Amino acid sequence: MKLEPDQKLDINEVLNDLDQYRPRRKGWTWRTKFADQQIGPFIYKDSSVSLQHSVPLPAAEHFDNIDPQCDVVITTEIASGRFEDDLRRMRMAAWHGADHIMVIRTTGQSHIDGLIEGTPEGVGGVPISRKQLRATRKALDAIEDEVGRPINFHSYVSGVAGPEIAVLFAEEGVNGAHQDPQYNVLYRDINMHRSFVDAAESKTIMAEAGILQLDGAHNANATAKEAWKVTPELFVQHAINTAYSRAVGMSAELIALSTVPPTAPPAPKLRLDVPYAVALRELFAGYKFRAQQNTRYMQADTAESTITHVLDTLISRLTSADIQSTITPDEGRNIPWHYNNIAGVNTARQTLMGVDGLDQLLELKQDGPLRDEIRELKERAVLFLEEMVEQGGYYAAVAAGQFVDSGYFPERNGDGIARDPGGGDGADTVIVREPDYGAPVCSHFGNNIYEGGGAKVCAEYGGCTLCMPEKIRYIDELEREDTVEQRLAVPLAERAQGLLRPEVEKHGDGVVCVTLFVPDTPIVAEEAALEMVRHMGLKDPAVISRRVMHPAEGSVFEIKGTFDSAISKTRLALPTKVELLTEAEIEAWVRPRAIHVVAATVGEDEHSVGLHEILDIKHGGIEKYGFCCRDLGTSVPIDRLLDAAQQTGARAVLISTIVAHAGAHERNMRRLHEVALERGVRERLLLIAGGPQVSDEAARACGLDAGFGRGTTGREVASFIVRRLRATES
Amino acid sequence: MSSAQRTDDFQARRARLRGMSDAELHEHFWHLVDQIVAPLIAEARTHTSPSIERSVLLRMGFSSVECKQLVEQMRGYGLLGHGAGRLVFELAKAKGVGVREAGEALLAGKHWQELSQ
Repeated sequence: MKLEPDQKLDINEVLNDLDQYRPRRKGWTWRTKFADQQIGPFIYKDSSVSLQHSVPLPAAEHFDNIDPQCDVVITTEIASGRFEDDLRRMRMAAWHGADHIMVIRTTGQSHIDGLIEGTPEGVGGVPISRKQLRATRKALDAIEDEVGRPINFHSYVSGVAGPEIAVLFAEEGVNGAHQDPQYNVLYRDINMHRSFVDAAESKTIMAEAGILQLDGAHNANATAKEAWKVTPELFVQHAINTAYSRAVGMSAELIALSTVPPTAPPAPKLRLDVPYAVALRELFAGYKFRAQQNTRYMQADTAESTITHVLDTLISRLTSADIQSTITPDEGRNIPWHYNNIAGVNTARQTLMGVDGLDQLLELKQDGPLRDEIRELKERAVLFLEEMVEQGGYYAAVAAGQFVDSGYFPERNGDGIARDPGGGDGADTVIVREPDYGAPVCSHFGNNIYEGGGAKVCAEYGGCTLCMPEKIRYIDELEREDTVEQRLAVPLAERAQGLLRPEVEKHGDGVVCVTLFVPDTPIVAEEAALEMVRHMGLKDPAVISRRVMHPAEGSVFEIKGTFDSAISKTRLALPTKVELLTEAEIEAWVRPRAIHVVAATVGEDEHSVGLHEILDIKHGGIEKYGFCCRDLGTSVPIDRLLDAAQQTGARAVLISTIVAHAGAHERNMRRLHEVALERGVRERLLLIAGGPQVSDEAARACGLDAGFGRGTTGREVASFIVRRLRATES
Repeated sequence: MSSAQRTDDFQARRARLRGMSDAELHEHFWHLVDQIVAPLIAEARTHTSPSIERSVLLRMGFSSVECKQLVEQMRGYGLLGHGAGRLVFELAKAKGVGVREAGEALLAGKHWQELSQ
């Protein structure tokens, strides 16, 4: 399967022959780092291999459209409930720099005692099944070929079916997974004995398949009342899962700690979060760090979330991170919309490139309060462990409510999560292994009569599925209702008819977001804003963000609603794209004729950069084709410009008009045309305007020959001039 | 399961840790962790679960649906402590057939009496 950048991902091709699909590699892949890499005009200190296809950051327009990639893996978490829609989101995220796609599981999968088959729709996530994994991995194979970088696929080995899911992941080439029995115990109320016994098997399978393991400690941040007070316990949770993983034979390079800076402004974030981040990296030297962004204090305002996430990412660079995970800035207000996955990825990408080489500029001060705070955190963690031992071990400590207490340990507020070691989902399902217990397969943990014979025991019956993947029993669907094929019927039919609807999550959901400022008190303004959106014709409007600008002067709202209609592509009047002349063709015509051009920024306007981009040879401007350019500078009156045009015998006048306040740019354009007419030189001159608010349509409406907007190149302007002058010659 | 309440007496409790160097504190930390983890690992080594046994049968080439049925029945007969994989593997050897055939026979309701002996 091969993707073309101008073609949509073909879901039918993805679903075709999945019974035959085999993953082309197993295990995790890190980025290939470079210490000093020249990209465009800059040398980067912390970069990795560039992509073959990507969408650069917007400001890259000013830097030859470079798209440097940071040296850490960037994660995005994706789950709309329909994996077939998520594949498109994954492709978009990959083009923006994500190489770790974490698929959230559907609500309740933790409690399903066995594997799910087929492709039922999920809630808040995707039901993880073999078919869904194969389709996703197959699509990711094609996406990674398109962008030119391996993409790690990730989900969860937790719940009461952990070992089976671990086998599934090993067989299907899943590259990373959360695995932490404490998550089962604390947050899913799954029996502790079952959780730890299962975890040893799951971890063994993951370790031998090279699957990177993330732990679950970050969840304590998200649930604690005051997230910074749970930090001593976080060291303990990380340590229990890490030591348990090592004891079953997992190597350090496959163990990643999932860690979150616990606070957000207006808390003094760096002062609280940096000592914790440093202490963690000191206690766990040699392990990997997956730095997550803060979710605990996210509100509905996406700009506020983004700023917190920039600071989180800065902390990653001030300390260290192997994976920078991203959170969509809208997670505080709705299930993430797909373009907000891309916004989240870009927060990390932009920040990490912006702080490239930071460790060469500064280091953390060791003689201030930092060391005392680090020491205190470690001591509090040690005291936590000592109390666990005094209680009688892990099970007893959990039973006593020692975990996720809101006190700053050793402070205890008596509100921890207490679980009964004999209770929970899956209680009494753990069975003692008999002396003749055996498991004739690879990647098995614990007592086993078939172990230690030298040769693989599975060879005796022709190999297990980990050695002989053709033995895997593939089930396509168990039921005919609620399958991907059924869900796709309408979207594929609409696509075939050329119908388009807006979307934020799933195909054709019709959801749009409108931003309105309403100048009244918050209560009045909100009702008025909703009414305005109803008048726009959107259905089911709901306020998803409100921010008071002033209690009397007004508030700004973001309101989502449904645009319940489809637009036919065939009825659209698309602008015709003008083919540019080749550079050689332009120069061959211009240079022998020594065409004169005068240019200026007109009106009360001191902006000069845009015009330089169009004129100057060093910016790739039209001078290089042999135009004789005279730039009169900024705030130039129209009369002076036309004087110069007449003196030099110019054939074209280029004005730059940046300021658009109260229609200033249109006044300038109109005046240029009118004065040229009055002087009787209009016929001889090509009048061209450029500026961020200028369009070709608007310029022509003002009487000019052409207008050029943001992002115009010298070649476009030169092509236009040559075509028009050539026509008058012939 | 009572959850204790206590004010922050960190300053008093830390007194005996203060003499430790950072390296000693780290060592103490990991020693305590290992002490906590050791009995958990020992339990995992000597116990199994329905999910582990289903995962073994999956690896032996059975579908998720087949694994569920086989393990439920083995559990019902009180046989799971021997290992689902071992039961199928040894049955296959005794009958001179492949493991899939042995498993399919069990799914068809055959040989359960032999397994129980």
